[in-house]
Amino acid sequence: MALTGLFLCLFLAGHLAGNLQLIFSDASAFNKYALFMTSNPAVKLLSYLTYISILFHAVDGFLLTYQNVKARPIGYAKNNPSKNSSFSSRNMAVLGTLILVFIVTHMVNFWAVMHFDEKMPLQTISVNQMGAKIDYYITTDTGKFFPTDSLQLNQMGIEIRNRTEFYNKEANVIMGEGYKDLHKITVAFFKDAKTGLIATIAYVLAMFVLAFHLLHGFQSAFQSLGLNNPKYTPAIKGFGKAFAIIVPLLFAAIPVYIHFFLK
Amino acid sequence: MSAAKNINITLKIWRQKNAKAKGQIETYKLDNVSTASSFLEMLDQLNEQLINSKKEPVAFDHDCREGICGMCSLYINGRAHGPDTGTTTCQLHMRKFNDGDTIYIEPWRSKAFPVVKDLVVDRSAFDRIQQAGGFVSVNTSGRTIDANATPVPKHDADRAFEAAACIGCGACVATCKNGSAMLFVGAKVSQYALLPQGKVEATQRVLNMVRQMDEEGFGNCTNTGACEVECPKGISLENIARMNREYLKASII
Repeated sequence: MALTGLFLCLFLAGHLAGNLQLIFSDASAFNKYALFMTSNPAVKLLSYLTYISILFHAVDGFLLTYQNVKARPIGYAKNNPSKNSSFSSRNMAVLGTLILVFIVTHMVNFWAVMHFDEKMPLQTISVNQMGAKIDYYITTDTGKFFPTDSLQLNQMGIEIRNRTEFYNKEANVIMGEGYKDLHKITVAFFKDAKTGLIATIAYVLAMFVLAFHLLHGFQSAFQSLGLNNPKYTPAIKGFGKAFAIIVPLLFAAIPVYIHFFLK
Repeated sequence: MSAAKNINITLKIWRQKNAKAKGQIETYKLDNVSTASSFLEMLDQLNEQLINSKKEPVAFDHDCREGICGMCSLYINGRAHGPDTGTTTCQLHMRKFNDGDTIYIEPWRSKAFPVVKDLVVDRSAFDRIQQAGGFVSVNTSGRTIDANATPVPKHDADRAFEAAACIGCGACVATCKNGSAMLFVGAKVSQYALLPQGKVEATQRVLNMVRQMDEEGFGNCTNTGACEVECPKGISLENIARMNREYLKASII
């Protein structure tokens, strides 16, 4: 529990650093980063480790909760637990379950689209040509573009295969690779006229839940691993508190920025 | 401190005929309770009233009544050993309550501490955990080594003594939302792990005591810290961390 929890804290920090590009950089940089995160072998290994950690953390948490409920078959008629323990520490299972629900919906909304959706758009760029705006697909080769107009593309003998690859049909040779426009998908998701506001609110609420989960979880992991010492435990608790507030706050800032401030 | 006065209270007490019977909360009115009396004296007063009206008195555990034996228990108004921290029930006084108060009194609730009768629970699970490893083997053939001949650093001696202050009352289990006995076992493991005399059997001790703890049906520790707050002897969570360290060490080696 402790080891997977701490690993997932590392994942959160990394994921946040990547996501913050939605605020601080442009679509190109973000889509470049998204391509790197879905193709680099080392990242792939890390991502599998993350999936396993989430599953183990959830299953272990469920088993622990089951055993703990069984350890007290008859409860108290009157109980006053707020006098001796924090809200977070007593509700880790509920908070964790809510986070799991969030992770699943989050993966359906973005991860699954990125990985499997055939309609995933590719990133384009608008170019002024003789007074008319024409859209081109950009590719991983700087300066190499393909027209978005399918007729024009066909005339060039190019077709798109495997969602991102531009193939010369005759020679059966790959001519370039486009970027999946995850930036566009994300912005559209939170800016949607009907569901954007609800999605933003739900995301922010989920981050509140995450904050409470981390508030107990971070320092608790160290105690479980036997790392408790009057000298450094106050520092761990202080850092854990800061982590539990800052990380979810920054995560929540992203959809809020997209929905309310991004033009 | 203000002068003692008499208060009238309502008691809601768990009554259960025996281990197999189904219990329930019963309500009693008790008048003229001196605020100078202890909580257990108040229960004595209630029992006198019950006996005088030919009713079964309430069974509850008590022994030394000076906070060192660990016999008294009671979950009072939702807290182990009542509203005070750092005290056992026998050291709780009625001056902590007001006229007209309703006081809930329940037994420790844990699968490993079955109710024997009313407020009395069977805490022999703790004895079995102790027997599984809470000791040092000493040669008693007449050539025993004087304990003081083995030097112990002051810091370690102090930590060991703090751990050894555990009176095994079970408040940690009662108050833990998981019914975990980790503070008790942590203290018992620590008091030996810190001393040179305990090092010899350290590996087996922690493995055996934790195994016995799990077999008794106690829950798992999720570090809520409630036990540390309610422990009448102020046993620190550091002892649980030390047990975790000892357990990890013993499992790896």
